Amino acid sequence: MPPIIQVSGLSKTYATGFRALKTIDLEIMRGEIFALLGPNGAGKTTLISIICGLVNPTAGHVAVDGHDIVADYRAARSLIGLVPQELTTDAFETVFATASFSRGLFGKPADPAHVEKVLRALSLWEKRNSKIITLSGGMKRRVLIAKALAHEPSILFLDEPTAGVDVELRRDMWALVRELRATGVTVILTTHYIEEAEEMADRVGVISHGELILVEQKAELMRKLGRKQLILQLQAPLPAIPESLSAYELTLAADGNELVYTYDTQAERTGITMLLRALSEAGIRFRDLRTRESSLEEIFVSLVRESA
Amino acid sequence: MNLYAIRAIYGFEMARTFRTLLQSVVSPVISTSLYFVVFGSAIGSRIAEVDGVSYGAFIVPGLIMLSLLTQSISNASFGIYFPKFTGTIYEVLSAPVSYWEIVVGYVGAAATKSMMLGLIILATASLFVPLRIEHPVWMFGFLVLTAATFSLFGFIIGIWADGFEKLQLVPLLIVTPLTFLGGSFYSIDMLPPLWRTLTFFNPVVYLVSGFRWSFYGSSDVGIEVSLAMTLVFLAVCLALVAWIFRTGYRLKS
Ligand SMILES: Nc1ncnc2c1ncn2[C@@H]1O[C@H](COP(=O)(O)OP(=O)(O)OP(=O)(O)O)[C@@H](O)[C@H]1O
Ligand SMILES: [Mg+2]
Repeated sequence: MPPIIQVSGLSKTYATGFRALKTIDLEIMRGEIFALLGPNGAGKTTLISIICGLVNPTAGHVAVDGHDIVADYRAARSLIGLVPQELTTDAFETVFATASFSRGLFGKPADPAHVEKVLRALSLWEKRNSKIITLSGGMKRRVLIAKALAHEPSILFLDEPTAGVDVELRRDMWALVRELRATGVTVILTTHYIEEAEEMADRVGVISHGELILVEQKAELMRKLGRKQLILQLQAPLPAIPESLSAYELTLAADGNELVYTYDTQAERTGITMLLRALSEAGIRFRDLRTRESSLEEIFVSLVRESA
Repeated sequence: MNLYAIRAIYGFEMARTFRTLLQSVVSPVISTSLYFVVFGSAIGSRIAEVDGVSYGAFIVPGLIMLSLLTQSISNASFGIYFPKFTGTIYEVLSAPVSYWEIVVGYVGAAATKSMMLGLIILATASLFVPLRIEHPVWMFGFLVLTAATFSLFGFIIGIWADGFEKLQLVPLLIVTPLTFLGGSFYSIDMLPPLWRTLTFFNPVVYLVSGFRWSFYGSSDVGIEVSLAMTLVFLAVCLALVAWIFRTGYRLKS
């Protein structure tokens, strides 16, 4: 099956002269959940904004279901629903009115039953007659999702859907995305969190400084990135790592007060049990311990280093 | 054509109007009444007649035009500036709508509102002075054309403005002086020759003159000239809007 979105040779230089996207080539498959992972300023929103028609590309092309986003913008855009990163809503409209407005704007005849279905799915039905200004931040974000779904799009863009959202709502959001995929909707979401990509995506693209560093099946990526650290706070500082522990990937931190063990979460064995036994045999005692996932920043550094 | 989108935008803007209906109606009624007290009664009692029409009645078309211009500009400029300011414009820009569908929705709603106000002022004025309208079809035609043209002009200002001050700037510095010097309250014949010549560079003169002709059948300039000038201004605004949307000026980066 041909990809539902085909991005070729896309680049963007803003009026300030800033090059937000270098040359991007990307294919999104029909019906998949694609996570665009990247730190602040990587170019995620820029990429989405170009596909949705909010930003003019400097060079390159995008086709949505075969329709060029410039030449054939009507056909391309009617397939797309966009949930922006910022909480930009009207203040004095009611929830129901704003969702109905979105449906009309995207060229669909009024269908109160569909709008009701969407609002119910997002737990907004009780609030249908409330003015948006009276809603909480999390509810406003759901209103934005309702607006994007009101015209029954086959592609949904979620730009950081879980930023500033509590754990429960985040779970709801993930469940919703899965339901959407089950009905055949292609979902493209951006996130800063590996955890989120891991939870949600079929495929992950990592973007940094306007470049797509890699695009991988999630499973493959997690194997590459899934490194974790165990940090042991020692009772007494160690001047150096003892010979007997040289088999482990250990480093000293905090002036010898911390011992850091890096391991692979996807590996058959993490080696933690053996390490702890070896430590006690070596007479090294610790006060406390914690684990830490490699941060996105570190992953980028290692990825960029690898690809260089 | 995306008729649903035009209807959605128009309906959204009209809903905004009706939410503030009271203040939208009350303020023009009060200000019109004030104009009548000041110009019609206080000053008008010293001016006998202009072109065979009592001064009170003479200023009615000019007063309506004055409100029509300022209201059209402020409605339309605010209507598009506000979503730009809050960011909700993203949705319109990402929707499958052509630029002129967006324009018809926003400008149509702004023009509708200012026409409603124009008619309310007409009704208020009829309480103060006996009115006659010799060419009602032309009268309505000028009303629609002026409302549409200046709403379009306001729409352009709303897109151009990147702060609330700029939103006020053009109406304050250009439109208000031009309307006051546009023959709303006097016949151009009353001016000294030099000023009379300068006045012909003021587009508002043609609007007021044409509109007054539709009431009383006499005018400072020919009705064809009035119509032509209004259409020229409309064409200029249309060309500007086309350019704005083609380049994404102040809308897309
Ligand atoms: N209108 C603009 N003019 C100039 N530079 C811009 C503009 N919009 C974005 N940028 C710059 O382009 C880069 C990419 O921005 P973008 O919003 O796409 O990043 P992002 O990956 O979405 O970041 P975040 O995770 O913070 O949302 C940033 O350095 C930003 O400062
Ligand atoms: Mg962003």
